Amino acid sequence: MATGILQVKAISGHAGAPPGRGVQREEEVCKYIDVTTCIGCKACEVACVEWNDMPFQQTTFDNTYQTMPSTAWNYWNLIKFNEYQKDDGSLMWLMRKDQCMHCEDPGCLRACPADGAIVQYTNGIVDFQQENCIGCQYCVSGCPFDIPKFNGTTKKVYKCTLCSDRVGQGLEPACIKSCPTGCLKFGTKTDMRALADKRAQQLREHSGFPNAGVYDPPSVNGTHVIYVLHDITHPERYGGLPANPQIPVTYTLWKRVAKPIGLLMALFAAPVAFFHYITEGPKEAQPPSPGFGEPRPPEGERPQ
Amino acid sequence: MAISRRAFIQRSLIGGATLSAFGFDVGPIVAQSRTLKIARTSETRSTCPYCSVSCGVIIHTLGDKAKNAVPQVVHVEGDPDHPINRGTLCPKGASLEQDILNERRLLKPQVRRPGSDHWEDIGWDQTLDEIGRWVKRTRDATFVEKDARGRTVNRCEGIAWTGGCTDTNEFNYLVVKTMRSLGVCYLENQARV
Repeated sequence: MATGILQVKAISGHAGAPPGRGVQREEEVCKYIDVTTCIGCKACEVACVEWNDMPFQQTTFDNTYQTMPSTAWNYWNLIKFNEYQKDDGSLMWLMRKDQCMHCEDPGCLRACPADGAIVQYTNGIVDFQQENCIGCQYCVSGCPFDIPKFNGTTKKVYKCTLCSDRVGQGLEPACIKSCPTGCLKFGTKTDMRALADKRAQQLREHSGFPNAGVYDPPSVNGTHVIYVLHDITHPERYGGLPANPQIPVTYTLWKRVAKPIGLLMALFAAPVAFFHYITEGPKEAQPPSPGFGEPRPPEGERPQ
Repeated sequence: MAISRRAFIQRSLIGGATLSAFGFDVGPIVAQSRTLKIARTSETRSTCPYCSVSCGVIIHTLGDKAKNAVPQVVHVEGDPDHPINRGTLCPKGASLEQDILNERRLLKPQVRRPGSDHWEDIGWDQTLDEIGRWVKRTRDATFVEKDARGRTVNRCEGIAWTGGCTDTNEFNYLVVKTMRSLGVCYLENQARV
């Protein structure tokens, strides 16, 4: 299992890589989620709420086993239930653990304008630093998986941290540890990907799921949470998993084009103004035009 | 515009200093991490009290057991060294911390009288007195000395005993001794410890 000190790899609202990169071996961590062996027991949900000491709220029953419609600012991990009817009329219960995917190219981090509110560690964890969050919620619209959630009281955004506190100390995330069926596993990205590929092959060749595959979307350069699905061609059946998650193009234009141009303009404006002052001097008040008004009376003679 | 060599150097220095002051290098950024809430807790091995699987758990208690410190449970998670669950827990077991940190936890005896629609608080003395009286009354009413064929059986059919999964061997020994002395035959528990 990959451990080690958390080293920052990318920071929101901040151009370029942080100094000091590339001097250590950087293992990437990964959550492996085999939805085919999930029994929907929700131990991971409870373990998440318990470890993160989140205040629990009352839920309502809406004709599903799902705890709530979507993840919340104080509920980062949710099993999404879908009773899917197959072509032959039989039913199949699809259960997917929904949480932050910890994308290699995180849309939230690209959208965030606050310096240091979102950081990406070299092991792949994308973590929110609430003390730097300005509550603008750009990350909410930048996320292709609808994960960051806003708290109206604190005016901050929260999401799964992949238990960065535990992982940084060599422990596995709380959800992974609790899973009684072993459908959740944790380790390096290489190991988990190999395990997932092997399981998908097993499902294809021996379990009658010819379309089984691994969900590790290349459109966000892969994720640090990967799924083994019965049918990789229809990920949207698993509680709306996007087949091709995309970061909104406006954020790419803003951060990759508009922002550097704006910074360059600001960079040039300051010395231009400075040299203009040095060479031309301060702006002089124009002498009044002849015949335009009377000269101001002295201070003591003004009407009160 | 002609500028002197001295003025050119002066302006270059001032401009360079301005650029450095408003530069964009924020310096080295240290790795930030949340603090681990179980970094300095005392670990106590225990058994989950819910079902008969008897999963091993570790109870994390804040405080180093110093004389003046009042300990507080902060976290409960599965025991990876336990052969039954090897660190995993079910949703009920994963919520064990809530058994302790819960304002709705029952801390005093309560009774719901026959026909009543609510629970009422009673003291421990009254509780033990009433239980004793009911055991005596029930045993007197349902005690069977001889069965239909006249064989001596000396059993009390009106009382049953159920135990929990955390009942230890020693506790169950006492339960069996006590209940058998009353003549109770219906003994059951799910203890696997």
